[in-house]
Amino acid sequence: MKKFITGNDAAAIGAKLARVKVISAYPITPQTTIVEKLSEFVANGELDAEYMKVESEHSALSACIGAAATGVRTFTATSSQGLMLMSEIMFVASGLRLPIVMTNVNRSLSAPLNIWCDQQDSIAVRDSGWIQLYCENNQEIIDSTIQAFRIAEETLLPVMVCFDGYILSHTTEPVDIPEQDEVDKFLPPYKYPYSLDPEHPVTIGAVGVPDFYEEFRYMLQKAMLESRGKILEVGQAFNKQFGREHGLIECYRSDDAEVLLLTMGSLSGSVKEVVDEYRGHGERVGLVKVRTFRPFLAKELAEALSNAKAVAVLEKNFSPGSTGALFSDLSGAFANAKKSPLLLNFICGLGGRDVSVIQIREAAKAAMEAAKTGEVKEAVRWLGLRETMVGLRP
Amino acid sequence: MIEIRFHGRGGQGAVTAARLLAEAAFLEGKHAQAFPFFGAERRGAPVLAFARIDDKQIRVRTQIYDPDYVVVLDPLLPEVVDVASGIKQGGIIVLNSKKSMKFPHAQTAFVDATSIAMETLGVPITNTAMLGAFAKATGLVTLESLIEVIKRYFSSKLAEKNISAIKAAYEQTRAAA
Repeated sequence: MKKFITGNDAAAIGAKLARVKVISAYPITPQTTIVEKLSEFVANGELDAEYMKVESEHSALSACIGAAATGVRTFTATSSQGLMLMSEIMFVASGLRLPIVMTNVNRSLSAPLNIWCDQQDSIAVRDSGWIQLYCENNQEIIDSTIQAFRIAEETLLPVMVCFDGYILSHTTEPVDIPEQDEVDKFLPPYKYPYSLDPEHPVTIGAVGVPDFYEEFRYMLQKAMLESRGKILEVGQAFNKQFGREHGLIECYRSDDAEVLLLTMGSLSGSVKEVVDEYRGHGERVGLVKVRTFRPFLAKELAEALSNAKAVAVLEKNFSPGSTGALFSDLSGAFANAKKSPLLLNFICGLGGRDVSVIQIREAAKAAMEAAKTGEVKEAVRWLGLRETMVGLRP
Repeated sequence: MIEIRFHGRGGQGAVTAARLLAEAAFLEGKHAQAFPFFGAERRGAPVLAFARIDDKQIRVRTQIYDPDYVVVLDPLLPEVVDVASGIKQGGIIVLNSKKSMKFPHAQTAFVDATSIAMETLGVPITNTAMLGAFAKATGLVTLESLIEVIKRYFSSKLAEKNISAIKAAYEQTRAAA
């Protein structure tokens, strides 16, 4: 049934349809209405779950770890500074291989204090061993949330579903809400193979001495790399049942493209409009959307991009002293390639700044210029920057 | 695609107005999107909200710079905010105003929504009245779908009052000469 809902509601309804058993969350800023909605579902009996209100995000994820170790389906949600406070425990969750699902509403980090959208928060924890999925619209939020549980449980890896704060979280649009019995078929009751049980004691969280630690870390790496196949499989199974495909990456009018734009999250929608505009003028421009940022899809992206002459990477994050995270990973993907497109990086939309169609065109034009001349004038550019304010121009 | 920008002051319900309008279009089988301008909202400060309506899926997520229609919820806002900014040639500006006002390139429709809101709701929250005015001035959504959305959104007593506001504004909205 189609309903007119916000991104936050889509996430909450997705978790409810997944029949989560434990929700643990810190309810105050920068929390979103996701957990408020879930607490309503629990209070009015629509969802049979334990709702644990705790005193910090650090505690929220710690409680999720305890709950998940007993073998129940576990969910939390956060955003921005809240994710930072969780970050210590995020590494524990992945190291213990607990299939927790978290929604992160992408919002900037202080300072300066700013509550608006960018993707710096989830990028900052890209090395925490969590699968990271990014959503383009509210439909993808509900679909990815449902899929996330199956991916997590089949890989024994925690999964973050990320979507842009305000741009999706507070935007209302039509969303097809799957029926409960259909979701039940897709996501049967969860059985964790190593759950805490007094009858059959196991140790969870033992010391990994130097003689063993590296092997454990390698096993995490192996699981992450292998999860690519599982994310794809789950996407295909979902498509078969619900008629909507969400894979690892999405290629939009990219087959014969000379210039490709690469991005992730809600920006993809606006970029598609710009791609159509250029196609209308006979320009061979396309989009590759990164849905899965961790594990990083080096092989898939190298394949999808290798026939283009230039690729413009637009991203709402940067690593101070380096480039955008997507751009640096992508550069690595082409490290030993025989053939590589020219790569351009555009940092944009930080702290809620609107990424306009004009800015997207600016990135596309620079990539088209590079494709034509075979040269990149400026590898990393900040779109919409007031250059006089930062001393780049007098 | 039709793009609509709402100007109001914090507390007048501009964000809700955008949402209700988009949902009314959705009920009519169209694609729609509504979102607030993400500022530091506080009561009384000028705020913006946006809606898009189309026959096909709406993918674009930028703010709206060149609206087809503008709705102004507060009678004094045109003095402090350029409400006509970027409006398309021949676009319509729907004003909460006792008198007509002229803008270059755009048509104007007006209604005294504050008085209507005070009479029907007892508070100067003009959003639903302005939706009635919008429906009359543009014909983009029907009065029936607006009423249906109001019934879904508000409790029955409050819905009744807001429906009165919408109907009164629909009746009283005039195009500027």
